[in-house]
Amino acid sequence: MERTPVIEVENLVVRYGQREILHNINFSVEAGEIMVIMGGSGSGKSTLLRHLLGLGRPASGSIRLLGQDITRLSSRQMVELRKNIGVSFQGGALFNSMTVGENVELPLVEHTKLDPNTIRIISRMKLEVVNLAGFENLMPSELSGGMVKRAALARAIVMDPKLLFFDEPSAGLDPVVSAELDELILRLRDAMNMSMVVVTHELESAFKIADRITVLDQGHILMSDTVAAVRGSANERIQNLLNRRPRAEQVDPEAYLARLTGEI
Amino acid sequence: MHKKFADGVSALGRIAVAGVEEAGYVFALLAESLYWIFFGAWQKQPVRLRAVFAEGMAVGVRAVPIILIACFATGAMLAIQGINTLRMFGAESQVVLGISLSVTREFAPLIAGIFVAGRTASAVAARIGTMQVSQEIDALLVIGINPVRYLVSPLLAALLLTLPALTVLANFVALLGGALYCSLMIGLPVPIFFDRAFAALESADIMQGLIKSLVFAATIALVGASNGFMVKAGAEGVGRATTRSVVLAIVYIILIDTVFTYLLSR
Repeated sequence: MERTPVIEVENLVVRYGQREILHNINFSVEAGEIMVIMGGSGSGKSTLLRHLLGLGRPASGSIRLLGQDITRLSSRQMVELRKNIGVSFQGGALFNSMTVGENVELPLVEHTKLDPNTIRIISRMKLEVVNLAGFENLMPSELSGGMVKRAALARAIVMDPKLLFFDEPSAGLDPVVSAELDELILRLRDAMNMSMVVVTHELESAFKIADRITVLDQGHILMSDTVAAVRGSANERIQNLLNRRPRAEQVDPEAYLARLTGEI
Repeated sequence: MHKKFADGVSALGRIAVAGVEEAGYVFALLAESLYWIFFGAWQKQPVRLRAVFAEGMAVGVRAVPIILIACFATGAMLAIQGINTLRMFGAESQVVLGISLSVTREFAPLIAGIFVAGRTASAVAARIGTMQVSQEIDALLVIGINPVRYLVSPLLAALLLTLPALTVLANFVALLGGALYCSLMIGLPVPIFFDRAFAALESADIMQGLIKSLVFAATIALVGASNGFMVKAGAEGVGRATTRSVVLAIVYIILIDTVFTYLLSR
């Protein structure tokens, strides 16, 4: 079967004011694969994710999701495209004023004309998938951290998206729960044949779930390759990241002095 | 000295730019909310009647008790002051005219507006601000739900429907407050009070109050929502937006009222 890219990012440049955050990013995600975007704090991975989700305006470049350039779509076309995309946010971002069940039902309520009972059954099925059966009447504030993430995942997959984004699945979770979540991600991909983009800085989780890994560092892509290739990379920064070595950066004395005494 | 002056000027410039930016944002928000109310269905993103009624309960119906109390007291207060002042001229019986006009044109819409602003502007800013901080707004966007359509349009519609209704209620209760005080103090029977009040009032007086209440409704919705959306960081940001939205909404209401009164009472 010919594999076609579901995500193609070309020459993406992102600026906040004068500061350039992402420099000429190019990478692609194939259908059915799990791409992990890895990088330290401040590497630009959150910014990249925001732009992949169409939540930011890039300075230049194109982002094609499922074949459509989201930097050029009208808001109406964007809504249509979004029905095929699921997102699970870092903190879950469940709507606090609704029950877990209503949260999962919301995309169906808004985008389909299904009758309420069908919607309820579909949402319960998705809650079964993430092992939260029977929790639909609880409020998000009554759930534990791991349950919130799984509920958010249920909401993300309720429309059976072709493309799923997952921001920091293991952040703030204990190792057991986070390993369970990794298993769940793998099962979902196999069962529903989704393509996934997972943003994480957890090495263990990244190696376990990834087909390919994209390593971001200070707004540049260092590498976008298979797990084995990334592990075997000779790049010093990648090895620093993999071996948790602190960065040994050269200090430029002139620039240091200029920073300290600037604008006085 | 020279540097201080330059700093002062540039600070003033920044405040002016921020002010213009915010005003633009608020009017864009108004245009967008109205767009979704009228054309949402055509874009397959209708503003749901259920959401409008739920908001109407929260911002309108639940505000009824405090508005009853406040307006009843205001009507009585106007009667007290009116009788005391008019007694100097021996014209106590003319108090009805003063109460009716000031209540319908001024106090009922103003008090209803201020109380609803206090309850609603803060609640809306806090709700939207919290949603902003916890990425719930982003979640709405990626699900394909326009946050303005989902959060602001129902609120705006609910306020435009309920605030005029609350103002009508406020009119009656304030007049009742005045009437009861008058019947106690100068022995003017309540039915006579209302007869005279209705004889003195023209529909233009009531309309003036109702038109004001529509403008107040839009002000409350937009000030609350825009402050909520502008929250950038953390719980402190939400707190600041909440305070700011109440203060601004009430100040705007009073300023708008002044302008309206000046224009409509000439």
